[in-house]
Amino acid sequence: MNKEQRLKKRHNAEKRFKLYGLTSILLAIFFVIFLLNAIFSKGSGAFLKTTIDVEVNFDADTLELSESPPLEDLENTDYYELAIDSILKVKKVNGLTEEKLLINLFSPDYEYEIRNFLLDNPKALNQTTVLKLTASDDFDQLHKGNYPRELPEERRRINNFQLNLYDELVNEGKVNKIFNSYLFTKGDSRNPELAGIGGALVGSFFTIVITLLLSFPIAIAASVYLEEFAPKNKITDFIEININNLAAVPSIVFGLLGLGILLGTFHLPRSTPLVAGITLALMTLPRIIIPCRASLKAVPPSIREGALAIGASKVQSVTHHVLPLAIPGTLSGTIIGLAQALGETAPLILIGMVAFVVDIPSIPTDPSASLPVQVYLWSEQAERGFVEKTSATIMVLLSFLITLNFIAVYLRQKFERKW
Amino acid sequence: MKNNKIKIKSSNLNVHYGEKQALFDVDLDIYDKEVTALIGPSGCGKSTFIRCINRMNDVIDICKVEGSITIDDEEIIDKNLDVVGLREKIGMVFQKPNPFPKSIYDNISYGPTIHGLAENKTDMDEIVENSLKKAALWNEVKDRLNEAGTGLSGGQQQRLCIARAISVNPQVILMDEPCSALDPIATAKIEELIDELKKSYTIVIVTHSMSQAVRVSQRTGFFHLGKIIEVDTTEKIFKNPGNKMTQDYITGRFG
Amino acid sequence: MNIIILLLVTIFSYLSFLYGRSRIRKITSTQSIKINALPNYYGYYLALWCALPALIILLFWSIFEPAIIKYLISQTLIQNDLNYSSEQLNLLYQKIRSLYEGNFSGTLTEEIKIGVKNYENLQTIAQNSKIVLLLSTFIAAISYGIFRISKNNKARHDVEKILTGLLFVCSLVAILTTMGIIFSLLFESLKFFSAINIFDFLFGMNWSPQRAFVSDASAITALEYENLKGAFGSVPLFAGTAFIALIAMLVAVPIGLFSGIYMAEYASSKVRKYSKPIIEILAGIPTVVYGFFAALTVGPFFRELGEKLNLEVSSESALAAGLVMGVMIIPYVSSLSDDVINAVPQSLRDGSYAIGATKSETIKNVVIPAALPGIVGSVLLAVSRAIGETMIVVMAAGLAANLTINPLESTTTITTQIVMLLIGDQEFDSPKTQSAFALGLTLFFATLILNYIALRFVKKYREKYE
Repeated sequence: MNKEQRLKKRHNAEKRFKLYGLTSILLAIFFVIFLLNAIFSKGSGAFLKTTIDVEVNFDADTLELSESPPLEDLENTDYYELAIDSILKVKKVNGLTEEKLLINLFSPDYEYEIRNFLLDNPKALNQTTVLKLTASDDFDQLHKGNYPRELPEERRRINNFQLNLYDELVNEGKVNKIFNSYLFTKGDSRNPELAGIGGALVGSFFTIVITLLLSFPIAIAASVYLEEFAPKNKITDFIEININNLAAVPSIVFGLLGLGILLGTFHLPRSTPLVAGITLALMTLPRIIIPCRASLKAVPPSIREGALAIGASKVQSVTHHVLPLAIPGTLSGTIIGLAQALGETAPLILIGMVAFVVDIPSIPTDPSASLPVQVYLWSEQAERGFVEKTSATIMVLLSFLITLNFIAVYLRQKFERKW
Repeated sequence: MKNNKIKIKSSNLNVHYGEKQALFDVDLDIYDKEVTALIGPSGCGKSTFIRCINRMNDVIDICKVEGSITIDDEEIIDKNLDVVGLREKIGMVFQKPNPFPKSIYDNISYGPTIHGLAENKTDMDEIVENSLKKAALWNEVKDRLNEAGTGLSGGQQQRLCIARAISVNPQVILMDEPCSALDPIATAKIEELIDELKKSYTIVIVTHSMSQAVRVSQRTGFFHLGKIIEVDTTEKIFKNPGNKMTQDYITGRFG
Repeated sequence: MNIIILLLVTIFSYLSFLYGRSRIRKITSTQSIKINALPNYYGYYLALWCALPALIILLFWSIFEPAIIKYLISQTLIQNDLNYSSEQLNLLYQKIRSLYEGNFSGTLTEEIKIGVKNYENLQTIAQNSKIVLLLSTFIAAISYGIFRISKNNKARHDVEKILTGLLFVCSLVAILTTMGIIFSLLFESLKFFSAINIFDFLFGMNWSPQRAFVSDASAITALEYENLKGAFGSVPLFAGTAFIALIAMLVAVPIGLFSGIYMAEYASSKVRKYSKPIIEILAGIPTVVYGFFAALTVGPFFRELGEKLNLEVSSESALAAGLVMGVMIIPYVSSLSDDVINAVPQSLRDGSYAIGATKSETIKNVVIPAALPGIVGSVLLAVSRAIGETMIVVMAAGLAANLTINPLESTTTITTQIVMLLIGDQEFDSPKTQSAFALGLTLFFATLILNYIALRFVKKYREKYE
């Protein structure tokens, strides 16, 4: 092999090597896009829901109401009959079986939807109104094109009669897609079309607030102590080793801690944002302390000396000068830590946040779900509608995380100081 | 010398940084209302010495100070002494200007605030104005007291730091190579200022520039390898040094 | 109740702050002594005396009150019937509490009714004595504080001492957390190991805890033990964990490392500026999202692919879980190795370029060997992350403990089993529940050792070039 050949070979090797690197980066970027695309394409449908127009005649007699009834009466009277009558008027059907099949086009909440409409618009009494009632999960999915209608009838839950009904209704323009407000206002449900992340949103909010309130002050205090006051001795070393180790302990171990100590020893209420918040605070603490210390360290010693030299005490030099300068950095570290806590699932499962909770929690000691746990719970469900709901929940969760991270980056860039 | 009152007296001062000894039996008298310059090659212990006077070495964990320094016959190398009170009495200006990243006004008012020197806003305004005037900075910044102190030029920043030191009405001002980061014009201004300040304050200045020592000081001490070699009036040190090493140093044969 | 007390403490502290401040002003103006701290500090001083003792008492009270009340109630229950086992007592106590809190369901017995009366009484006594104790401490502390103010000239010093002490206490939380982890894991694990021999646990080849129907772990007969022994052998779990982690590393290490190298050595600052954050998105996505993705998209994809190739692929294959986990870990490897490679001094590269080496030769022969300890460290950190990762494997790997090296079959991991053992309602004292803690303990120590070694590598590396 002569010199030129050798050189050529070396240059080829160079090109290959560079290509490996580029390929790796492109692969990683491809994964990001592929993952987000898979989630978004599945989830965007959940923000809309399918409705079927139903003409409802709010006849006071049928509802057994007086002419101008008080609100309680409106709330307490029985709407079942009215609801069924209205639904059966949508299409002409014969016999009990067919009636049942028609009713099954609708989500089982039709009765409450009709009631709630009247409660919101008491003037509609004795009038006829067209209501958009929520379609049941199968038809919701059918209308969104996610239902395999080409399967043979015996392998579908929707039979041919119902398919015909549906097609006729579509042709009459009675089937619509509207914004799915249930997704954000309702708690969990066994029926996908009625399930919402309202409870999970509130649960996550409580959890993260508790985590913030506990971890931020303690993290600041601990970092200030370690950076500014701690003498060099064995205790300090031991604390530092502990913090570094805790930052790398798998999150599930913190779940075991919460289960063993918070639930087992202190008997705090299971499945609640309170316990979740404390558990996640313990997990987040070391992860916040590390960036907090870094931003304290970034404040140049000349600032401390300047303060000390005019007779500020150590505490004063820290509280008046060092800490205010380090706060933006500590905040951005804290926000990133909180974003991690917000997406954390495993420890919450262990402290029982996987309970099926329909009600939206009103205080942090109510049983509740949280967004990532809701993702887990719904991903285990068999109904087709939950796939879409799960993806939508992920979209909401990711949008929160992205917002948090943007705030953190913004803080860091805005207040970053070059000394 | 007309002035014979000793303000600061150090005797048998030894300083260790961990294993390493930085000062050896330093005996040095600093006279009241005079400028004392400390000269010597890098690492000879000048800065260590003045940082003992306001106990700034306390900040360094491994630093151990033994011996005695008295100010007006009061011992300050004492664990129980409140360094805060000491540092109120003894101001310090550092090598690199280190204004707080706050407004010019806040830079000056910080010291008086923590020491409770001003009863109200008017008092504070007065202190700020006086300090800036004494530091010969007032005319340059009086219209922008609310702007950041870090926005000033290097020389102005250093005078701001001097004003900050003056604001708590100290008796002594320590200056650790205050002009080393400045250009000649800014240096000249600071030197002028030092000349003015010595009427009201005792000043100890560490400097690398021998010409500066000659220009500003009445008394000069020469440090070498952690020992004080010679102290005398500046005139004597530079015209007729008593020690061969001093002679070599000031004539530039080493250092 | 506690909230009202906290509110009162806050108000009183603020009042004592104002009082302390005005008092010292009066003292200085009448006696014309010079104080060497600002009046505010005397206020803080008094406020601390007011708040701290009260808060400490409140904290300890809240921690110990439930346990003491439980003990007292149990004592009265035992007096009625000596034959209660500790579990029955627990159950009775739970019932009493839920009746007291008004969410009782089940049959009311006379005993529970009496218990609730007792419970109410004890609660009242506790409340009252708490208030009395708090009030008397408050009065004592405040008077002592005021006494000290008039004598004491070092309020700032004292306040700062206390403040530093508080900061120190906050930094102890890290130690307390570690202790809490070790304590809770060890406590349950020891109970487990008293029932199941630790060697059977560590070296047993069969994991099927659903077979373990033992109500009382402390009294296992020899026959039962023979049955149980075979149920808690965790080797399949260790193997499964290691196997999935290995697949993950096979994905993450090459891609992550090459990305890191490209980023550090080749990429223009513009490419770097955009591609680095995009790759780091992978690290910010919650693991439950990866799990969902693996279970819903990747798993079925492999199964269909397998059907076409006439391979039998489980829908919960180790391959799917490992692959997705590997994607998740890419950014950890890439950004760490990027940092490590950047830290290699330019002078080393210059030396290699100067003798005519190409860029890739320099990287292969000079930069990588120099950065190796750091790279090894970051890979080890990534491994520790992989074995502790939970949601991906819970959702995408299987539940049955197969001892297999076929990536197309399903296998299970330590973390999956912990979740499966503890999900839903579980009785606290069964070996099944306790085995989860034993697994947690194993996991804790495994990651601890990995992290320790990894940090040693990284530290050694840093020392070399700093």
